[in-house]
Amino acid sequence: MLVQFYNVSKIYANGVKALDDISIKIDGGEFVFLMGPSGAGKSTMIKMLYREETPSRGQIFVASRSLVRMKKREIPILRRNIGVVFQDFKLLESKTVYENVSFAMEVVGANHREIRSRVIEVIKLVGLQGKEKSLPSELSGGEQQRVGIARALTNRPLLLIADEPTGNLDMNTAHEIMELLFDINRKGTTVIMATHAWELVKAARKRVITLESGKIYSDINPGEFTLCK
Amino acid sequence: MQIRNAVYFFREACKSIARNHLLSIATISTVTICILILGMSVLITLNTSTFLDSLESDVEIMAYLDQDLDNVGVKEVQEKLESLAGIETITFVSREQALQDMQETLGKKNYDLESTLGKNPLPDSFEIKAVDSHDVPDLAVKIEQIYGVYKVNYGKGVVEQLFSTAKWVRVVSLVFIFLLALGAIFLIATTIRLAIFARRKEIYLMKLIGSTDWFIRWPFFIEGIGLGFLGSMLSIIILAAAYGSLLNRVNTILFMPLVSGTNVLINLYLSLFAAGAVLGIIGTGISINKFLDV
Repeated sequence: MLVQFYNVSKIYANGVKALDDISIKIDGGEFVFLMGPSGAGKSTMIKMLYREETPSRGQIFVASRSLVRMKKREIPILRRNIGVVFQDFKLLESKTVYENVSFAMEVVGANHREIRSRVIEVIKLVGLQGKEKSLPSELSGGEQQRVGIARALTNRPLLLIADEPTGNLDMNTAHEIMELLFDINRKGTTVIMATHAWELVKAARKRVITLESGKIYSDINPGEFTLCK
Repeated sequence: MQIRNAVYFFREACKSIARNHLLSIATISTVTICILILGMSVLITLNTSTFLDSLESDVEIMAYLDQDLDNVGVKEVQEKLESLAGIETITFVSREQALQDMQETLGKKNYDLESTLGKNPLPDSFEIKAVDSHDVPDLAVKIEQIYGVYKVNYGKGVVEQLFSTAKWVRVVSLVFIFLLALGAIFLIATTIRLAIFARRKEIYLMKLIGSTDWFIRWPFFIEGIGLGFLGSMLSIIILAAAYGSLLNRVNTILFMPLVSGTNVLINLYLSLFAAGAVLGIIGTGISINKFLDV
């Protein structure tokens, strides 16, 4: 069991109830889609996984560690084991592709030789060989998201979280990014992806957790998928 | 801090200074102006204070003795003076010596003061210097009560005014320097905050990737200290050149002698240099935590 949510609720300071008594379990190696309309609580769940948010009630475990009881100084260690991919890529505009990816290893204090070999490896994995010296502004949206994915993968995370990674991309590019994520998942990394894109989800035949108004509306496994519309 | 990390921190700090060069120039200018004003006010305070110290230490009591007091009487007065606490030196000035001093003060004229006056009108006296010049008024009262002392003079009124003026000049200078330092910290905090704000996305990413707070803070502190150092160095160069050329031209301003001791000035410049770094650290410290709460 890699991720567990036990009766998790979140009420923000302004009184908005983002999550209401959520309980889920995600095994290592799974690929899970998180679906639901805007404001359903997807982003709150995602942010809780890397502890940008904490629950108002309930418990969350990642790799058997309680995120609720986790001390502040332990948070960086958790985050080194989680890769995050964003809808708006969040690349550093002044840094090249290589620097954007190596940055993730530099900031955790990896050594130079280690950084070089790993960065070349992940840039190849996401199919961006030859673009190492390009700036983000010289890349297409799909290529920028590949840089985002490469950066998330550099520290060999146990869990890859993607928050609407195809939200800013056209359908063809979105499919390419999905293929890349499936490939990463096949190599053993657990992937949790929040999305609106039903077309992508339907084609993927993976586990789908749907949220609505902060509650779990459905949790469908790949085997049960044919029953859905 | 590992050496590998230290190299990374320095590289990031230098890159940031170069990347945000306009902001860096603004910060360096701010620090330069602040430290320059701070240095100027410290120099003014230092000069005023040294001048006031010398004025204060010049304050002494003249105790004039009765004209008809014999040698034994003089000896008794001296013993009583020596028994008083807080007295540094007692010098006996005989009436003959006093007349001679007066003759010299008035200038070597071609007449004899004693024969002009008919007789020596001056009394024997003691010049008394207190350990702490602030005790002079109290000591004067005690000395006046000694039998055989005809009159005590220490510039009553003027001395009290000098002491109270000196006290106020010191207090006002310290408050002024303190306010300037606060102003400098505020300005540096604001400029560093702008530098950090420009890089908030980077900081957010660093936090999400798993870097520790100190890993993020170090480059900013190095940047803050570096900018503080550069700014204070510039201001010290300007200050040293200006004060040096002033010393070359004049030794005094309005009969006030200028402080020119190399050690004093070197200490002042070193302190200002350190002040630049400290202002950089405090300014960065105030600004950085705001963006680390992810």
